[in-house]
Amino acid sequence: MITYVFLQHYWWFLIALLGGLLVFLLFVQGGNALIFPAGKSEEERSLIVNSTGRKWELTFTTLVTFGGAFFASFPLFYSTSFGGAYWVWILILITFVFQAVSYEFQSKAGNLLGKTCFRIFLTLNGCLAPLLIGTAVGTFFTGSQFIVDKGAVGDIAAPVISRWANGWHGLEAVAEPFNVLFGVMVMCLAISLGALYLINNIDNEKLASQLRRSLLVAFGGFLVALLYVLIRLSTMEGFTVDAEGVVSLEAGKYLHNFLQMPLVLGLFLAGAVLLVVGVLMTLLNGAFKRGIWLAGPGATLAVVALFLIAGYNGTAYYPSTVDMQDSLTLANSCSSEFTLRTMAVVSLIIPFVVSYIAYFWRQMDKRSLTSEELDRSEKY
Amino acid sequence: MVESALVDWSRLQFALTAGYHWLFVPLTLGLAVIMATMESLYVVTGDEFWKKTTKFWMKLFAINFAVGIATGIILEFEFGTNWSNYSWFVGDIFGAPLAIEGIFAFFMEATFFAVMFFGWEKVSKRFHLAATWLTGIGAAISAVWILVANSWMQHPVGMEFNPDTVRHEMVDFWALVLNPVAISKFFHSVFSGWMTGAIFVIGISCWYLMKKRETRFAMASIRVAAIVGIIGTFAVMLSGDSSGIQAAKYQPMKLAAAEGLEEGGPRAPFSIVPGVEIPGMLSILATHDLDGYVPGINNLLDGYTSPDGVQHPSAEEKIARGKRAIEAFGQYRTLQASDPAAAAEARRVLEENMAYFGYGYLTSREELVPPVGLIYWAFRVMVGVGGALLLLMFVVLWAERRGRLPQMKWLLWASLLAIPLVYLAGQAGWIVAEVGRQPWVIEGLLPVKAAVSSVSVGAVQTTFFLFVVIFTLFLLIELRILMKAIVTGPQIENE
Repeated sequence: MITYVFLQHYWWFLIALLGGLLVFLLFVQGGNALIFPAGKSEEERSLIVNSTGRKWELTFTTLVTFGGAFFASFPLFYSTSFGGAYWVWILILITFVFQAVSYEFQSKAGNLLGKTCFRIFLTLNGCLAPLLIGTAVGTFFTGSQFIVDKGAVGDIAAPVISRWANGWHGLEAVAEPFNVLFGVMVMCLAISLGALYLINNIDNEKLASQLRRSLLVAFGGFLVALLYVLIRLSTMEGFTVDAEGVVSLEAGKYLHNFLQMPLVLGLFLAGAVLLVVGVLMTLLNGAFKRGIWLAGPGATLAVVALFLIAGYNGTAYYPSTVDMQDSLTLANSCSSEFTLRTMAVVSLIIPFVVSYIAYFWRQMDKRSLTSEELDRSEKY
Repeated sequence: MVESALVDWSRLQFALTAGYHWLFVPLTLGLAVIMATMESLYVVTGDEFWKKTTKFWMKLFAINFAVGIATGIILEFEFGTNWSNYSWFVGDIFGAPLAIEGIFAFFMEATFFAVMFFGWEKVSKRFHLAATWLTGIGAAISAVWILVANSWMQHPVGMEFNPDTVRHEMVDFWALVLNPVAISKFFHSVFSGWMTGAIFVIGISCWYLMKKRETRFAMASIRVAAIVGIIGTFAVMLSGDSSGIQAAKYQPMKLAAAEGLEEGGPRAPFSIVPGVEIPGMLSILATHDLDGYVPGINNLLDGYTSPDGVQHPSAEEKIARGKRAIEAFGQYRTLQASDPAAAAEARRVLEENMAYFGYGYLTSREELVPPVGLIYWAFRVMVGVGGALLLLMFVVLWAERRGRLPQMKWLLWASLLAIPLVYLAGQAGWIVAEVGRQPWVIEGLLPVKAAVSSVSVGAVQTTFFLFVVIFTLFLLIELRILMKAIVTGPQIENE
């Protein structure tokens, strides 16, 4: 029986899946963060840019679809978070905007700012986008300062439903170490995935060995940040919501969520194992290049699990620290049953979309990228 | 209290983003069809000339495509960052087409763009051709969904207001998708993109002819582009006609403002420019009937009875009924728990006046009139330039077929100068559509001042100027790169 509650959970799962895939595809950003640290020569930098440059639109599209799906399924989040944490989202968007043009512009004659400048834009997006997205997602667990009053629509002079309760409009998230470390974790993960992707996608041994060194550093940073995040996540109070929709604090809520949803815990552990195995095999075996195909899906599974513990099992996924009862839950922030049902039918196309993307990806990447290919064919 | 400066700056920021976005999107839509046609000629004839021709236009396409994507992402998220009340109030309906656009269109564009641009040596000829067409089709599908969303704002259908959740909720998905305004708007916008692509290709090709370079390339490109452009322009005219009929039905104030029509009636005249009118023409355009009744601005404000006997209330009455609806909504929410009978009565009053809900946020009848001068002239620029460009394309195609084009210097210049004009027409069209529907973000239901986010004016001003700098910088760089690439040329003759 497909009930309204089921549809809310189904759509939260899709949001989680899109979030997971987005983090996987942030290998584009992570790879760009390595343009200068790992690319020692022009040839190597050009290889990195052209390798991530053939995938950047998929990451971008996933981000846009993530936003669109959130809008369609949980519009109150869209209106509360985007309109409230204004500066965080604007900063994220600006870094992506610079990335979007930098590939096309960087090596073209007449680009005004020069190749290095556009590559710096790519690097900045590579570091800042995962850092900021991660920091924003961190607030899913620690909460934000906002008020939601749907009755405000009846106030002719001030009809705004969602209001941010401070003037920082999202920037205050950096005052909470958990959020920042969450961001650092996502950034280091993106860089690790970027290194793994480039090792797989580019046929250049010297560059590969430099990328392995970068992978070691980034993955080390990731593990430290992950450790902190997991310890805090297991011990922190979470925002639990009862059947009446009343929100209260519960000690160890997220740990309870993992334990009470063994499938989600299994998903997280399987993802973590795949990620670690992918990275370790790449670091320990110089000939092994397929780490991204273990670590990427691993990261996706782990991120899906994190989203699920944020929203499932009676949890307010976007808590308000000003008035707990204004926290966003799957039930109070979702679209109508009709819309969720209609969009659920639409979502049946997703496996087809993923299949054709995978098919064409395979077609395009049968052979690893080489400098010779860049010399004789189209390139950025 | 929502500050009017906040509303103005939020509108300006959205207009800036949408305006810039529409500089890049129409070229994507039009050039995609032109280069896919050229590549089809390559696959059919096997002539390498067409492959090189396609590749040159594809290079320009890619430069432009990136900036379109960059401005597009800002637009999507601005619904949340700057119009947060809107996002909740109608997110149940509006979010769906945006999500569908991402799932259906953007992934298609992203996947096939990579195959099209980098796949020349990686996939077969036919496979590559399919990728080129699919990139263009992806762009058109994207247009379908964003225009479904936009048209719903112009003519909201398929929804009901739910006072418990305090939003409009979708009740008929197909009414949304098959909204007549969406259908006209799709054809009007996409085919205006064909015009833009065509004029762009013709103008640049004429520059080569002026310079006596790449003659074969230029003549062949002009031939393909002119045919695409002429087909596109006729489709724009047809869809423009149905847009006029729909504006008369669903957005009469927009039509009256676009015509500067103060007092309407049957046999309403069409103003070519101030002081020059064609008697009865507006009635024909708006109703396909010489005696068709077209209300003017004053009729709409004072209230009028249309020939079918329907009484249209005055602005004051609409505002009063809107206030009654909002007040009843407040009562319904307050009394729901304590006095169900009174709450039910409040709900009845709300439903009775719901059609005027948005009017309740307005304070004066003047707010209902969009800026007439701007829309009046924008409409004339759009139609005038569009007509002139159609003529130009016919003449260019005729001259090309006769082999006289390279000698007709004035025509080459006119074609080159037509490039900025086609963009001007496109921008003017969106001014008519969007400024023309003010003060509404959703016609009759939600005015812009009740839709904005609660952020400071200073924050929006800061991001506005930030976007001005960023978008202008991108535009300048794009133009510079395009010009360098054009000066270098396809270099087909030198091979």
